[in-house]
Amino acid sequence: MSDVISSVNNGVNVDALIAAREALTKAPEAAQFKWRAACEWKNGTHSHSTVEGFYGLGEEQRRKSTFTFNADHPEVFASEDKGATPVEFVLVGLASCLTAGIAAVAQHRNIQLRSVKATIEGDMDIQGILGIDSDVRNGFDGIKVTYEIDADAKREDIEALVAQSQKRSAVYDIVTNPTNVTVEVK
Amino acid sequence: MSRCLTERSIDHVVLERGDVAHTWRTERWDSLRLLTPNWQSRLPGFGYTGDDPDGYRTMPEVIDFFACYAKTISAPVQTRTTVTSVRHDGEGFLIRTDAGEWRCRTVVLASGACNVACVPAFVNRLPNSIANITAQNYRNPGQLAEGGVLVVGASASGTQIAYEIQRSGRQVILSVGEHIRAPRMYRGKDLEWWMDVAGILDQRFDEVDDIRRARSVPSLQLAGTPDRSTLDLNALTAIGVKLVGRLAGVTDDGKAQFAGSLRNMCALSDLKMGRLLDFIDEWATNNGFDHTAVPPERLPPTRVEGAPPLAMDFTRGEIKTIVWATGYRPDYSWLELPVFDRKGMVRHLGGVVDFPGAYLMGAPFLRRRKSALIDGAGNDARDLSNHLALALADARSWRMKQKSDLGPVSASDP
Repeated sequence: MSDVISSVNNGVNVDALIAAREALTKAPEAAQFKWRAACEWKNGTHSHSTVEGFYGLGEEQRRKSTFTFNADHPEVFASEDKGATPVEFVLVGLASCLTAGIAAVAQHRNIQLRSVKATIEGDMDIQGILGIDSDVRNGFDGIKVTYEIDADAKREDIEALVAQSQKRSAVYDIVTNPTNVTVEVK
Repeated sequence: MSRCLTERSIDHVVLERGDVAHTWRTERWDSLRLLTPNWQSRLPGFGYTGDDPDGYRTMPEVIDFFACYAKTISAPVQTRTTVTSVRHDGEGFLIRTDAGEWRCRTVVLASGACNVACVPAFVNRLPNSIANITAQNYRNPGQLAEGGVLVVGASASGTQIAYEIQRSGRQVILSVGEHIRAPRMYRGKDLEWWMDVAGILDQRFDEVDDIRRARSVPSLQLAGTPDRSTLDLNALTAIGVKLVGRLAGVTDDGKAQFAGSLRNMCALSDLKMGRLLDFIDEWATNNGFDHTAVPPERLPPTRVEGAPPLAMDFTRGEIKTIVWATGYRPDYSWLELPVFDRKGMVRHLGGVVDFPGAYLMGAPFLRRRKSALIDGAGNDARDLSNHLALALADARSWRMKQKSDLGPVSASDP
């Protein structure tokens, strides 16, 4: 399919992705990645995180620049609201992962995208995090993502893009399946 | 394959650990019927001649079918012979069995793709109070304790087993991962009929974009229902089966964790079914079937409740049994050839194994989409026996040139 000469351009280099997939199929050890972030407390609920290097393709990789993120809580939590709340970072992660996936799948399926917009909403009963009711979980009760997509495709094909993007999304998997988490103190 | 080798006068033997159709005799549940209609089981020189071409064979009928075929073609089957190793000593293959040794120049691996039921490793963390059974050793609901049953896997086996257990009065929870929904009947014909005439089942391994992916897709969620009804997730929820997401794990304190992806699993499946039916409709239009066939129709979307449960405490006694319908893998523990990929599967190109003289049969999408169906064996055997015959002829001319004598008795050389 990648050999088809097409004018579809969603800015995704599918040929490179397919070549990488072929290469990593032959050398699965190069497919072992480690993603990293560092986080430092500032004051109150405000923290400052940085993302720069990661490990992959058998070696340490550097970014062109360091990405920084402020996380805090809004004033209704008696915080200073210096950044998005951590749960909003999760929503951003999920929406941006699914959206990137939609672009890649659309390119692979020769579908020209004109606009892709998502709104994402997570329902939460904060009696959990406040320790008011131990039957209430801390995390989201549920997450709803709504896409508005303008593309040269039938509605079923657009629905299929969105479904396939969920199937291949790392963040969707992280959010919908359990993950072992180890937190240590040095 | 035996029939094709006989046609070419290639001397051979078929080694069978039990009796002909052993797996069908020993590893199937009682009520199972073949999911392809009677007319569709076409083997070289053999087909259905009864008065119910659209029916689905019961297991005794499947066993009869194979036993009768073996007899009709005078297949040289050596039953009750378990192969313990297959190796190559530089001159030829050496086959060890519990009933003596064989030497041969070519070998066909036809031991099947479904020898070992796959069960996830976290099965060890389940409380002892829960009985585990696989689709391979499940026979009927009478085997199970009274009480709730978790069926894991919603392809053809899982849905059929869930249906009959729910009907036995036990509450069934069905854990649903990737699956492909399919209507039993479409536009007045069996879905298999459409897939056959439209050439879908004949699609070749070298015609698809990504053969690795095509070989790993789950089989269609079809059942050989005597009333030809569709057994999909909606049919199951209609009788009270509850759906949960893929079983993602079991915590150390015995809680099941289900993935939150149930809605997308169902959406993917509905969309896949839609694409298959669109393809059939287009084919029907282009081939003049629109006047004779019932007009196109679509099943309603799969119903998923608002917030399916994400966890279940196995220690509370609600679930007494887990039925694992989570697929199978082949057993190649006896195959001592350097032919395995990193996933333990045999490397092959359309059944021609990556080792001269070795061939594979009966694997998913081996050479065609229908390769794993009974109906797919004939074409694959014709192609592969042709390759095998040429390989033997090449080897023979090479030997004549070398004027060397390979000596040992051959099991597959004229």
